[in-house]
Amino acid sequence: MPTSAPLGARFQPASDNSLLVYFDQRISPATHQQVAKFLRLLELQPITGIRNLHPAYCSVLIKFDALQFPHDELQALLLPYLDRLDEVCLPEPRQLEIPVCYGGDYGPDLAEVSTLHGMTPQQAIELHVSATYLVYFLGFVPGFAYLGGLPEALVTPRLPTPRRSVPPGSVGIAGYQSGVYPFATPGGWRLLGRTPIAMFQPGRSAMSLLSLGDRVRFTPISSEQFVALESA
Amino acid sequence: MKVIQVQAPGLFTTVQDLGREGFGPLGVSPSGAADPISLRLGNRLVGNAEGAAGLEMTLLGGTFLFPKGAVVALAGSDFGATLDDLPVEPWTSVEARSGQALRLGPTRSGARCYLCVQGGIIVKPFLASASTHILSGLGGLDGRPLRKGDILNVGSGMLSFCKKTIASQALQRLSPRKVLRVTPGPQHDWFPESSQRLFHASAYRVSEESNRMGLRLEGPPIPTPSGGQMISEGVSLGAIQIPNGGLPIILFVEQQTTGGYPKIGNVISADLSSVGQLRPRDEVRFERVTWEKARSVLKEQEELLASKELIRE
Repeated sequence: MPTSAPLGARFQPASDNSLLVYFDQRISPATHQQVAKFLRLLELQPITGIRNLHPAYCSVLIKFDALQFPHDELQALLLPYLDRLDEVCLPEPRQLEIPVCYGGDYGPDLAEVSTLHGMTPQQAIELHVSATYLVYFLGFVPGFAYLGGLPEALVTPRLPTPRRSVPPGSVGIAGYQSGVYPFATPGGWRLLGRTPIAMFQPGRSAMSLLSLGDRVRFTPISSEQFVALESA
Repeated sequence: MKVIQVQAPGLFTTVQDLGREGFGPLGVSPSGAADPISLRLGNRLVGNAEGAAGLEMTLLGGTFLFPKGAVVALAGSDFGATLDDLPVEPWTSVEARSGQALRLGPTRSGARCYLCVQGGIIVKPFLASASTHILSGLGGLDGRPLRKGDILNVGSGMLSFCKKTIASQALQRLSPRKVLRVTPGPQHDWFPESSQRLFHASAYRVSEESNRMGLRLEGPPIPTPSGGQMISEGVSLGAIQIPNGGLPIILFVEQQTTGGYPKIGNVISADLSSVGQLRPRDEVRFERVTWEKARSVLKEQEELLASKELIRE
């Protein structure tokens, strides 16, 4: 029972206590703006009965108390929010730099990725650090940022077989995305390097280094700098 | 302060409460008890708030010493517990005297047993919850399963004991199901009618590779839909995703918060505790129900959990 809403948004029940709001079926900074504005509005003016929000590229999954309302009542409550997205002002995006030691043990897939694209490892690094990335959302595990804006020439499919465990801090690419693994998890992204900076750290004022809407650049560092920063 | 000494941790024992809901924008999944109904009932037997932290044991229980005594209750599956060699009834509060040890064995029924203790287990909260999230190593006791020699702090309780038990009729109504009821997943219409029929007509076996993140199922593969390109989106608890290869995965309490595989269905809220009691090699089936049915079953379940007749003194 998908239903239309303003701005081309579409509702789709996902479970008896969750509802997906889709904005577009296209990954773009414009769709991201709608997701970010919708999220901000729901955070500024919360609806009682909503328990959690999961933003993604083109959608927000809303978890709610199923005993409080059925999907259609929540949809009716959300319509005025969707109507007002144009009024929402988003804060100026933060610009962050993440130091990365490329290649070697830190970036076991750098050589293969450069070969696939007919370039030298140094050229692949230069391409990866040349872009400014947009944090579309955090998902998968705590603090994992989905970064859009990978240069076309570096677009590479995932590994055919995911690794069972990727070391924390690993910087990978998959399709048009780049990202940094905050924890040792299984993963199928191709690893170009590693950062010594903790992506997610309870007790730090900003638990997650990155948040939705941030702009990110990677800066190359040497393995000596990596060790120095890691022990800092 | 009262403590619990872990003499043997069991196969996989973690500190869990009812989880941390509300941190989706950080990529943090709620975690929490795999069988929340059992944790809630166990807590009520010892006079705690329903959401107090307890120990979640998996398949094989541990041995726990109470140097200063404690009021405890076991809820969920029967792990054949004894207190100084005397059998301990499940679903009943019991007083452990100073120096007594509670010893649990292998399960005699489902996957999980909860040890609830009066005052609750106290750990440093992470995002307002005591629940352990294993993959990220956060929450609970240092973000990990218990080890031999661990000491757990217990909150100050009311220091009172009165024997309480759960009414057998209620337990029967709440007993774990092997036929899980599901509502349509957000991509159910990507799957042709024949795939949906196959999904609902087949028995699936829980794989050994299942854990709190997800239950992998073995059985007839569901042909994956062709054409549609899936963009990663938020995933709900109990979502049944069909990856390449067609073998369904039920996303569970420590699930990834977003994912890119199509979901054919979603286990209804009222049956999620049953998922927490599924063991490797158990067989499950999926029965399709309407949204109205899912809501009415949940409402009945919550009414039963709130009813006065539930607990006998």
